[in-house]
Amino acid sequence: MKHTISVLVENEFGVLTRVAGLFSGRGFNIESLSVAPTLDPSASRMTIVTSGDDRILEQINKQLNKLIDTIKVTDFTGQDYVEREMALVKVTAEEDTRAEVLRIVDIFRAKVVDVTARSYTLEITGAPTKLNAVIDLLRPMGIKELVRSGPVVMGRGL
Amino acid sequence: MKKTGSQILLECLQREGVDTVFGYPGGTVINIYHDLADYPIRHILTRHEQAAVHAADGYARTTGKVGVAIATSGPGATNTVTGIATAYMDSVPLVVITGQVPTPLIGNDAFQEVDIIGITRSITKHNYLVQDIQDLARIVKQAFYIARTGRPGPVLIDLPKDVQIQSTPFEYPDKVEMRGYKPTYSGNLRQVEKAANLIMTARKPVIYVGGGASGADASEELLAFAEMTRIPVTTTLLGMAVFPQRHTQSLGMLGMHGTYYANMAVTNADLLIAVGSRFDDRVTGKISSFAPHAKIIHIDIDPTSIKKNVRVDLPIVGDLKDVLKKLADALEKRSDQLPALIDTMEPWREEIDAWKRGYPMTYQSSDSVIKPQYVIEQLRELCSEDAIVTTEVGQHQMWTAQFFAFSRPRTFLTSGGLGTMGYGLPAALGAQVAFPDRQVIDISGDGSFQMNSQELATLVQYGLPVKIAILNNQYLGMVRQWQELFFDRHYSQTRMELPIDFVKLAEAYGATGFSASRPDQVREVIRKAFETPGPVIMEFKVDREENVMPMVPAGAAINEMVLAS
Ligand SMILES: Cc1ncc(C[n+]2csc(CCOP(=O)(O)OP(=O)(O)O)c2C)c(N)n1
Ligand SMILES: [Mg+2]
Repeated sequence: MKHTISVLVENEFGVLTRVAGLFSGRGFNIESLSVAPTLDPSASRMTIVTSGDDRILEQINKQLNKLIDTIKVTDFTGQDYVEREMALVKVTAEEDTRAEVLRIVDIFRAKVVDVTARSYTLEITGAPTKLNAVIDLLRPMGIKELVRSGPVVMGRGL
Repeated sequence: MKKTGSQILLECLQREGVDTVFGYPGGTVINIYHDLADYPIRHILTRHEQAAVHAADGYARTTGKVGVAIATSGPGATNTVTGIATAYMDSVPLVVITGQVPTPLIGNDAFQEVDIIGITRSITKHNYLVQDIQDLARIVKQAFYIARTGRPGPVLIDLPKDVQIQSTPFEYPDKVEMRGYKPTYSGNLRQVEKAANLIMTARKPVIYVGGGASGADASEELLAFAEMTRIPVTTTLLGMAVFPQRHTQSLGMLGMHGTYYANMAVTNADLLIAVGSRFDDRVTGKISSFAPHAKIIHIDIDPTSIKKNVRVDLPIVGDLKDVLKKLADALEKRSDQLPALIDTMEPWREEIDAWKRGYPMTYQSSDSVIKPQYVIEQLRELCSEDAIVTTEVGQHQMWTAQFFAFSRPRTFLTSGGLGTMGYGLPAALGAQVAFPDRQVIDISGDGSFQMNSQELATLVQYGLPVKIAILNNQYLGMVRQWQELFFDRHYSQTRMELPIDFVKLAEAYGATGFSASRPDQVREVIRKAFETPGPVIMEFKVDREENVMPMVPAGAAINEMVLAS
């Protein structure tokens, strides 16, 4: 089962390697990982999407907590949270498909961020499932390049 | 007043109460070595950096203090790796300081540069590259705190040469503040109550003790808890000295080369109380058949140890001293029911006694060849009660565990988790430095001894009277045993063909050597060795193809022991 885990870490030298090394060294899998500083510049927030059974997830949680640089670990699975991911998609836009691409952009409230005679670069934000849907629709038109940020999450309410 | 980085480091060591460091100099630590003379810190120059770390480990395991080792960058740093991994696997508190090339050169493949932070990331509890002299004092303070608290372990500090030379006003932080590191010491009382209830309804309980109980100095609490309930106690290799092996409740060691009765007891138990142990595969054998009928209570300071390998019915995270004390208190409250509990466990004790009588830990004695087990028994009989014993890795290690009958905590030093040949001699060196007046014995194999035999020089130089008993079978015996049993006696590369004159080797270093090849010489050699001042090698030419028995074959359940070969 898929889990989205948010890890608050000290913004220290090598902390990303420690976390990544923990996953690879123990055979845990990482589907996506995003890192950036928080409001407090001495801390960074990592959002990790991983999967495994309950036993593995319990170990992941404990092992992350065991790292000296880890301040807090939150597994959002089963909680009420907002999840957003961004994708940049360079899609072929020839005479006959340009309009169709723009229609999809419109429907999914995406943005065109770069235009050439033969392509559009789109910025799409939303839940990962929405991104998947848009990408599926664009695929027949010819996706030249795709970059996804991996999701970031935040709990709802106070 | 301003101090240089190297002075700050030494100042911090002094403030942490470090009186002894083990190390080896080189270009990137030359400043530290220059300043060392100004501080009341004793430096022991080993003959290899691996040995420096093992010696610091031996010092730490016997004293309970943090051991300290120093090495230069590059090859000095890589030589520490086996020592660090050994300490990490056995949860030994160390601070290892490595020199590093100057910060502007880091990443340039400079002379003697290695990324020791990257190399040791997975074998240290934490490690630090000091990039700014302003951070140095805080880092050293944190390193010692991390090494000795929670589940202890090694911490490495990589200190670039330019940071050692720079200077800044020195101020030692008086407390450690780390948002991300707060070990749980106090065991949860509700969990303890539940544990007490489980114990009160158990009919066939067993206590299973690991090295954690040694690190936590919990042997008194363990003994009190065990005696008030009369529950039998089995230990792992690292837990052996925590519980007196000649105690009537002792089952000895469990696992691959454990006693038949310990393994049978665990297999038939209805309650297993794991104390500072981590269900290592050498202990559990086939995991699905381990303690199949038992509810499991697991007490450990490290939450990641719990439910890592086995299901656990009742976890209690905390310091073992604290939890065992609380558990005893909880049972004390039920003291009116304790006699009844002890009575209902009578059939269980009888069952165990029958296993003990039927399959005792024993060996075939001989008048013509020296049996290795006999040597261990005689060493035990002739040494002093508070002697410290170290071992290398192999058959001799297992025979020591099986036949030495340890009785005092922190007297048995062996590489359990990593199984490092070459550990015993430098660990004995470190133990002897810590306790100059106690007897320190390294029980060694002929193969392992040669992995760090250069440390004889260190022993002689510092007048450290370590007694080394080499059980010489001219084999990498433990591997040969596997080849005999599972590889059609194909002794591929396990014959140590060249006969070595260990007596002459001792003499070459200025130590003393004795050799025994007949059983009637054994006691005489041991007595002479114990009477001779300074380091002594006792060589025992033992029965070459003796096997360690009983044995659980790899992949088998622990009750499927082979009793004799
Ligand atoms: C550094 C290292 N290399 C290899 C091994 C694998 N190994 C385990 S026991 C053993 C044989 C040890 O021989 P010896 O020291 O003579 O002890 P014996 O088993 O003969 O008592 C070997 C090679 C190891 N444990 N450690
Ligand atoms: Mg041998």
